[in-house]
Amino acid sequence: MSEATVDNGRRVWLISTCAMGGVGAAAVAVPFVSSIQPSARARAAGASVEVDISRLQPGEKMVVEWRGRPVWVLYRTPEMIASLEKVEPRLADPQSERRVFPTPEYALNRYRSIKPELLVAVGVCTHFGCSPTSRFTPGDQPGLPSDWPGGFFCPCHGSAFDLSGRVFANMPAPDNLEIPPHQYLSDTLLLVGEDQQA
Amino acid sequence: MAAEYKEISPNAPAGEQLLNWIDNRFPLSKLYKEHLSEYYAPKNLNFWYFFGSLALLVLVIQIVSGIFLVMHYKPDATLNAAGVPVAFASVEYIMREVEWGWLIRYIHSTGASFFFIVVYMHMFRGLIYGSYRRPRELIWLFGCGILLVMMAIAFTGYLLPWGQMSFWGAAVIVNLFAAIPIIGPDLALLIRGDFVVGDATLNRFFSLHVIALPLVLLGLVVAHIIALHEVGSNNPDGIEIKKLKDASGKPLDGIPFHPYYSVHDLMGVGVFLMIFAAVVFFAPSGGGFFLKYTNLIPADPLVTPAHIAPVWYFAAYYSMLRAVTTEFMYVLTAAVWFAAFHGIFRAGFGSTGKALVLGGAVVGTLMLLGLDAMFWGVVIMGAAVVILCFLPWLDRSPVASIRYRPTWNKYLYGAFVINFFILTYFGVLPPSAISTRFSQFGTLFYLGFFLLMPWWSRWGDFKPVPSRVSFTPH
Repeated sequence: MSEATVDNGRRVWLISTCAMGGVGAAAVAVPFVSSIQPSARARAAGASVEVDISRLQPGEKMVVEWRGRPVWVLYRTPEMIASLEKVEPRLADPQSERRVFPTPEYALNRYRSIKPELLVAVGVCTHFGCSPTSRFTPGDQPGLPSDWPGGFFCPCHGSAFDLSGRVFANMPAPDNLEIPPHQYLSDTLLLVGEDQQA
Repeated sequence: MAAEYKEISPNAPAGEQLLNWIDNRFPLSKLYKEHLSEYYAPKNLNFWYFFGSLALLVLVIQIVSGIFLVMHYKPDATLNAAGVPVAFASVEYIMREVEWGWLIRYIHSTGASFFFIVVYMHMFRGLIYGSYRRPRELIWLFGCGILLVMMAIAFTGYLLPWGQMSFWGAAVIVNLFAAIPIIGPDLALLIRGDFVVGDATLNRFFSLHVIALPLVLLGLVVAHIIALHEVGSNNPDGIEIKKLKDASGKPLDGIPFHPYYSVHDLMGVGVFLMIFAAVVFFAPSGGGFFLKYTNLIPADPLVTPAHIAPVWYFAAYYSMLRAVTTEFMYVLTAAVWFAAFHGIFRAGFGSTGKALVLGGAVVGTLMLLGLDAMFWGVVIMGAAVVILCFLPWLDRSPVASIRYRPTWNKYLYGAFVINFFILTYFGVLPPSAISTRFSQFGTLFYLGFFLLMPWWSRWGDFKPVPSRVSFTPH
């Protein structure tokens, strides 16, 4: 076919029809993509939880569920608290300065908590989201970094965290454990998910 | 163009009349000739050529067993009256109460591992005999697409039993996407459909596993076979049999697929099914490699099992993910500069080209050291699979088959296989300092094998390639 047979008027209509069809297809894609985003129910499920910590003994950790994730409450012994300062040279971000999981202002300290003895942290590794295991006994142990000061160890890729949830240097995990917004409603009642500023 | 309506004698036998009736409406005889009775395959195809038809067999096994599993399985993460997730309970129900349900499930779970064994063997065949080379690049690319879709199907299917390993495996892999800068967290949210792996994730993975991805897979398999039948099969000598034809236009070294290879492949199917049945009946968990014991514990979002490991067919790539630590980034940066110096001082670029290479190296260094090693781990893991797509253009060897390449190539390909096994081995082990070192060397070797192929594939003394395939009648 030669160039002369092209009807330019029809071609304009053809192009505009295709363009409109494309716009229509893109518009239809919107509800489908939206449908796979978290539903209204999933988004509403972020309520805060009250935790009764009256039975927690020094050296013990309890786990509560908040937004489908484990939140740890660790009652640290004086020896545990003492270890926090000693490990600081071995940590990647001892002052929690990275902003990927911003630490609430009231937890921007060595203990990463409101009360030095009580750590409240999201028990999800900042690497790929496994829940690290508690390895509180200090000293050399199989499967743990040498000169282990006590802390948390992620079974998936071997990231190690101190007893404040701060990550050790040169570990797969880039960030310290997330500290959720929390506050104390009384001496024995903790509220996870809301703090006083909110 | 449709063929003209063909009349045959009304006295012809009923079968012939029926075939004629069909052929006038659907190209049945034509398809049969093109793909079976007059599809000429090289007569020297060896052991390695069983795996193509076996992959098709496993695909059928997976589809049929899967259809029957879906009749009993429930993708539901909520807890039943006994406090067990419904999905987990429905798998136990299939195993214990559905008549022969255990067999169908073990066929499906064993089939998944065998699918990867067969496909890895099939790909290795392509690698050593140069089956990806011109004019078979598209066959290879469709095949790479099949591998990617298979991986997605395996991954989504692995979540369905909703055990501890299912849950945490999915949690880790979806979080891989979250490591991508800027769009990552939203992308991970879109994949999960919730802020954590949950019921929404289970249902969408079910939908992808049983319908969306298998449809794509079937399309790719058809494209793979159509492309193959267009150009014809390669062979262990890497010689194009279509170059030498007899008077009637048939390749001199070709034999019709049916009956020669259909019968031949049937023997392969027989041997394969013996091994397959032995595993299904006597070792369905494959020593913990095919099915993980940890997956017999229902998913618990609050506790990660002491040791989580990927299934064996992903373990090599998982090793590469774990190999990328902050230290390893310096090695990668050094590799970038090595390539840049090569580009600047050795390759014949003009001054603009050299400036571009230098600029690229500076930007690359900033990105390598500026972004988290975690992100680059994900990139390397993805690149390890995607790099296969580039194989047709990385191979610059003058000959196709390893038979006529320099002898040391055999050791190199052997080392590549051993390296893949080592990476797989360390991928299923818990992380340790020694496994990280091995994985780092393994990752460098794996990537180096492909990225340096344009150079090493040209080195050495190549052997003369005969004009006819080597074949001893037996």
